[in-house]
Amino acid sequence: MNTNLQPSGSAYFITKPTAEPERHTLSVLVDNEPGILARIAGLFSARGFNIDSLTVSETNHEKGRSRITVVTVARPKVLRQIKLQLERLIPVHKVHDLTQEGKCLERELALVKVAGKGENRVETLRIADAFRAQVVDASTESFIFEITGKSSKIEQFIALMMPLGLVEVVRTGISAISRGSSKM
Amino acid sequence: MSEQMSGAEMVLRALKDQNVEHIFGYPGGAVLPIYDAIFQQDDIKHILVRHEQGATHMAEGYARSTGKVGVVLVTSGPGATNAITGLTDALLDSIPLVCISGQVPTPLIGSDAFQECDTVGITRNCTKHNYLVKKIEDLPRILHEAFYIASSGRPGPVVVDIPKDVQFAMGDYYKPSNESDHKSYKPQLNGDLGAIEEAVNLMIRAEKPILYTGGGIINSGKEASESLRELAELTGFPVTSTLMGLGAFPAKSDQWLGMLGMHGTYEANLAMHDADLIVCLGARFDDRITGRLDAFAPNSTKIHVDIDPSSIGKTVHIDLPIIGDCNNIILEMIRIWREKTDQNRLSASSVWWKQIEEWRDVKSLRYENSDEVIKPQFAIQRLNEAVKDKDTYITTEVGQHQMWAAQYFQFNEPNRFMTSGGLGTMGYGLPAAVGVQVAHPDAVVIDIAGEASVQMTMQEFSTAVQFRLPIKIFILNNEYMGMVRQWQQLLHGSRYSSSYSESLPDFVKLAEAMGGKGIRCDDPAKLDDAIQDMLDYDGPVLFDCRVSKEENCLPMIPSGKAHNEMILPETKDIGNVIDEKGKVLV
Repeated sequence: MNTNLQPSGSAYFITKPTAEPERHTLSVLVDNEPGILARIAGLFSARGFNIDSLTVSETNHEKGRSRITVVTVARPKVLRQIKLQLERLIPVHKVHDLTQEGKCLERELALVKVAGKGENRVETLRIADAFRAQVVDASTESFIFEITGKSSKIEQFIALMMPLGLVEVVRTGISAISRGSSKM
Repeated sequence: MSEQMSGAEMVLRALKDQNVEHIFGYPGGAVLPIYDAIFQQDDIKHILVRHEQGATHMAEGYARSTGKVGVVLVTSGPGATNAITGLTDALLDSIPLVCISGQVPTPLIGSDAFQECDTVGITRNCTKHNYLVKKIEDLPRILHEAFYIASSGRPGPVVVDIPKDVQFAMGDYYKPSNESDHKSYKPQLNGDLGAIEEAVNLMIRAEKPILYTGGGIINSGKEASESLRELAELTGFPVTSTLMGLGAFPAKSDQWLGMLGMHGTYEANLAMHDADLIVCLGARFDDRITGRLDAFAPNSTKIHVDIDPSSIGKTVHIDLPIIGDCNNIILEMIRIWREKTDQNRLSASSVWWKQIEEWRDVKSLRYENSDEVIKPQFAIQRLNEAVKDKDTYITTEVGQHQMWAAQYFQFNEPNRFMTSGGLGTMGYGLPAAVGVQVAHPDAVVIDIAGEASVQMTMQEFSTAVQFRLPIKIFILNNEYMGMVRQWQQLLHGSRYSSSYSESLPDFVKLAEAMGGKGIRCDDPAKLDDAIQDMLDYDGPVLFDCRVSKEENCLPMIPSGKAHNEMILPETKDIGNVIDEKGKVLV
């Protein structure tokens, strides 16, 4: 990662950017044992890697395996290190770079609370309909929408709701899977 | 076949089944059941330390000098936190350790109980792996898995944290039949044959090749050192090594260039810089080795053999990576080389060797000797001379004396040099010497020390006395934290901020007070006799060797410079060598 250096730097040599940072989605298959999330998160913080999004859940109860989806932004050489360092953790079975392998499907779910009265409520529902967001809770002064899709779609929905009385948002982070018949 | 026993008994039984003979530890409330089990058996000897950091370094010395796993036993809370430095040291230097720690009973975990700490949380980033054993059913598997993980692949420390109620609980003990069949951890041992063949092709074509070896050769076992010697002989290539790899290739060989890196020899560093092919075997292109990265070996093709895929390409671009165990890969290289040629690629008369001889003639390890004051380099040379025909193991602390030991002591066999390379832990050498002596009771074990470092773990001298371990602590006493002082001279206008060793103890009296022997020498003419006295004494010795105070450790690649910009011994005004940009580097 450091073949091209700045002439001076802090304690260790600082990389001169040789390539632009890229956003990659990694899928990590792990044993669902206590502390596994801390190991993954600790690795990222200890080695100065970025986490943009992180989702974890057990996906195979019989074998006790979890799939962790990590979205990270890094230059290609750092990205390679991230993958290799993850693979070095004992409970990690596999690491797949879904972005590099192409053809992956990414989805995120958000719950969006919007409060308002009169015209705004109509407009809110109209936009929600256009985005195929479901109303999962309603009061006379508010709605909670459930919206699923690409992160960009959710971003756009939130932006449109902002002037209409957006109260709060929770997002699950990205889950991703490769297309086609192959499995990890 | 399973047997009923308590968790504490399982610990001892698993250690026995793993052929452990010695453990290093310190008792406390949360490990009392295990200590009770120790009391009731004779197979495993317990070495009582004075501080848990000492136990970890002893286990490191034991492991590095034998190739076996070093075992540490500590209590919860402060017992575990005191072990952190040694665990981190073992992680950076790839030393196989298993550290068993006591924990408060499971119902109390998380309640800030007395002597409770989050041991697995704290040690997560300074171990290869760690476990909290919550159920007695898991204990036998985890104990054996810990040994497998610590010793296989790239070795490292593993912590097994056992709550006190699990130590008391009864359960079925069994030894897993196939412990290497781990569900997710499968280190790759055999290199890709196509890549190895490609490597041999590059080696046959190379004009200016060099073998750059490291601690991976030592970790791969004594056979790997044998294979390396064979490969070097077969190819005629020059050989250099990192600090961690010293001894894998004999220093007495004509093909040996000396250590490379920041305090490496001129010939080793220039050969790396000018090489057209670097064959890296079990080393990791650490910053002490590469110096300025954008000027590191600019015209070379780099082959990197390593058991840890994450080491490859971490700092330096690698043209041909080969993942696997060093010995397996070297043996394949030898086999393929023999298939392709019966010729030595580089004879001693080749252009490359002639160039190397010219660099050798610079004699970068020369120093001005004195009749009045003992020069530290001279002291190490005399020590080397005194023990060269003996079965000798050397440990060091960290600093100038460590580099002088690496430069002036001749290591001809692997597993003979124990030093803290990656973490640079002052205080490593004395307890490491204790560990080495436990493993090799009849050998000469010498800690080449500095007067500052040795005070960090001085109390372990008592351990040596208690267990009748005749370690020799050879202190190069210059009354300075020498390397700190040297850097202050280089970088900070010789303002020696807090680097003078004030209020030093009288080491001779100290040794006597602790039940050992003290020797002091400040006269070069009397040094040989004093060293002989030290070696003749059947017990632990503190040797206070008073050396010249402001000697610098040279040659040196200053921070921010390339391999071909070394400071050589005749440089008088080293305070002006490093520019503003280099000063911020370490």
